Amino acid sequence: MSADDERDVRPATSSGSSRRSFLRGGAAALGGAALALGGRSAWDAAQAAEAPPAPPADADGQATVPFRGPRQAGVDTPPQSFAAFVALDLADGVDRDALIRLMGIWTDDVDRLAAGRAGLTDTEPELAQVPARLTVTLGYGPAVFTAAGLEDRRPSWLRPLPAFEVDRLEDRWNDGDLILQVCADDEVTVSHAVRLLVKEARTFTTVRWVQRGFRRAPGTTKPGTTMRNLMGQVDGTRNVDTGVDPDLVWHTDATGGWLAGGTSMVVRRIAMNLDTWDELDRAGREQAVGRRLADGSPLTGTAEHDEPDLEAKGPNGLDVINPIAHIRRARTENAAERFLRRGYNYDDAPGPGELSASGLVFVTFQADVDRQFVPVQRQLDEADLLNIWTTPIGSAVFAVPPGAHDGEYLGQALFEA
Amino acid sequence: MHTVRTRTARTLAPLTALALTAALAGCASDAEAGADDAGTEQAEQGMQADALSVTDPWVKAVDEGMTAAFGTLVNDSDTDVVVTSAQTDVAGMVELHEVVTDDSGSMTMQEKDGGFVVPAGGEHELAPGGDHVMLMDITGPIEPGVDVSVTLVTEDGSELEVTAPARSFSGAQEEYDPESEMDEMDHEDMDHSDHEEDSDS
Repeated sequence: MSADDERDVRPATSSGSSRRSFLRGGAAALGGAALALGGRSAWDAAQAAEAPPAPPADADGQATVPFRGPRQAGVDTPPQSFAAFVALDLADGVDRDALIRLMGIWTDDVDRLAAGRAGLTDTEPELAQVPARLTVTLGYGPAVFTAAGLEDRRPSWLRPLPAFEVDRLEDRWNDGDLILQVCADDEVTVSHAVRLLVKEARTFTTVRWVQRGFRRAPGTTKPGTTMRNLMGQVDGTRNVDTGVDPDLVWHTDATGGWLAGGTSMVVRRIAMNLDTWDELDRAGREQAVGRRLADGSPLTGTAEHDEPDLEAKGPNGLDVINPIAHIRRARTENAAERFLRRGYNYDDAPGPGELSASGLVFVTFQADVDRQFVPVQRQLDEADLLNIWTTPIGSAVFAVPPGAHDGEYLGQALFEA
Repeated sequence: MHTVRTRTARTLAPLTALALTAALAGCASDAEAGADDAGTEQAEQGMQADALSVTDPWVKAVDEGMTAAFGTLVNDSDTDVVVTSAQTDVAGMVELHEVVTDDSGSMTMQEKDGGFVVPAGGEHELAPGGDHVMLMDITGPIEPGVDVSVTLVTEDGSELEVTAPARSFSGAQEEYDPESEMDEMDHEDMDHSDHEEDSDS
C-alpha cells in the first residue's frame, strides 16, 4: 500500500463514520435544535461525546513491567511476544567480588531499560525508548556457586538434567554459567537490551549460546490466548497459575533461604520434525496430543479448559484419549509435579538440504527441578506420541534468584546472606 | 531520571560543602567532623557545590593509563556554577577536557579554558566525544562495576563528591593532544583492554 493510499483510507474511515453517527444519533437526539444551532460548537460537542477513549498509538511500546520487587519479572509475567535466552560462561578468575560487580552493572541496566530509559553507557539510547513490557530474568548455573565459593548454597537440583532416552543433545545448546532471559513485545527492544547487557559484561563473561523465540505479535490475538507452536497445536493450556499455586514456582522464606522469592528455570531446545509431521492427517495429529487442533479442547470435551476425561472410551471400546497421547503422559498422579511453562517458538535458518529448522524453546519455572520437572520428563521419556516428531537438542538448568528491591542488586541475598 | 547513585551524590553535596566550610574555618578536613557542627554555617552563603549534582555519573573502565568520567552536571540554583577542577584518588592527574576539531580535521581533546560552566537552572553534559573529566596516570586498574569517587571543585572552592560506577566502554577513543610537559602520554590509547583503534597517529 502506498502512502497515498493510506492517506486516502484512514481519514475517510474515521471521520466518515463519526460524521454518519453524528447525523444518525446526534441529530436525532438533539432534534431540530442541534441543526438550528449548527456551527462548530454542536459539531465539536458531538465529536467529543462520541470519540472512543482510544489508547495512544504507541501504548504497546510504552507499556512497562516493574523490575523492582520481591521476585524477578519475566516468570509469571504474561509472556511477551519475543524472547532471547542468552547463556553466558564466566571468564577465568571471576570470583565473588567480581560477580557482585557484575550483578550491580546488570541490575542498573535492567532497572533503566525496563522503565524505558537508556542504560548508563547506552550508545543507542533511542532504542531504549520503547520498553514494550521488557523484562530481564537472571539465572545462575552451578559455576556461579563455585566461583563465588558458595557451594554450600547451591540448590541440590542445580545440575544438568538426567539423561533421557529421547535426548539428542548438542553441546552448543547445553548448560551455561548464567542466563539472561530477555522478553519484550518488540524485537528491537530485545536486541538492544541483549546487546547492552552482554557488552557491559564482557570482562566477566563470554556468550555460550543464544536462543531466540517468538509468539504471536502484540495485538494479533486476544489477551490470554494460549500460544500455538509451529506444529499448529495450542500449547500450554493446563499451565500453573502462580496466583493459585504460588508454591509450585516460588520459594518462600520457609523453604528457600537465600532463594526465597526465587525459583528455578529449565531451558530445553526441542526440535520439531515438521517434514514427518506433515505426513500426519489432522485426526492423527489430534491423537498425538489428545486435544483438538481447532481450539485446544481435549478430545473428550468441548472447550480448551475442559478437564480431559482420561477414562472415556469410544464406540470401539478404545480410549478416546490415546494411552500415550501427550496430555495423558504429561500428567502424574501427584499434583505437586507440575511447573509453569513459558516457552517460545523458534524458526532458524535450515541446514543444507533441510526445508526448515523449527521447534520450541521449552522454558519452565518450578520451585524444585528434581521434584517437579524430572518425574514428568521421565514419564514423557518412557512414552509420548509426540516424541515421534520432537527431539530435545539442548538442555540447561538455572537457579533464578529473588528480585531486587530498591537499592539492592540482583542476587544480593545469595552473595551477602 | 535521577538514579540511586545520583541521590547519593545529591545528599553528599551539602555534606561535602559543609566539610569544606569547616576546613576553611580552620577545622580538620574531615567530612564527619565538618558535618557535625556546621548547621549554622549552612545558611551563611550559597556555596556553588550545594547547587550542583550529577545525574548518571560513570567512568570508563581501563587497566592502565588514562580514562575519563562522564555524567550530566545539574545546577539547581539561579546563578551559574563553574566547575574549575576535579580530583580523585585513582588518578595521578585530573583535567577538565573538551573535544575539538584540530587543524587536520580530526577530533582531539584539550584542557577546557575556564572549566565547565553549568548554567543557572540548567545542565552541562559530560559525554564521550564531548566535555569530560580526564583521569590520567591512573593508579591501578579501574574494573567494571567498581565505584570511583570523583570530587568536583567549583569556582568558589566548594566541592561535590560524586560516586561514578565504572563500565566497560569501547568509545571515548579521542586522541589526547599532549601538552609539552606530558610527552610520555603521547598518543596513548585510553582503552588498553581493546585493540589498536587509533584514528590517526
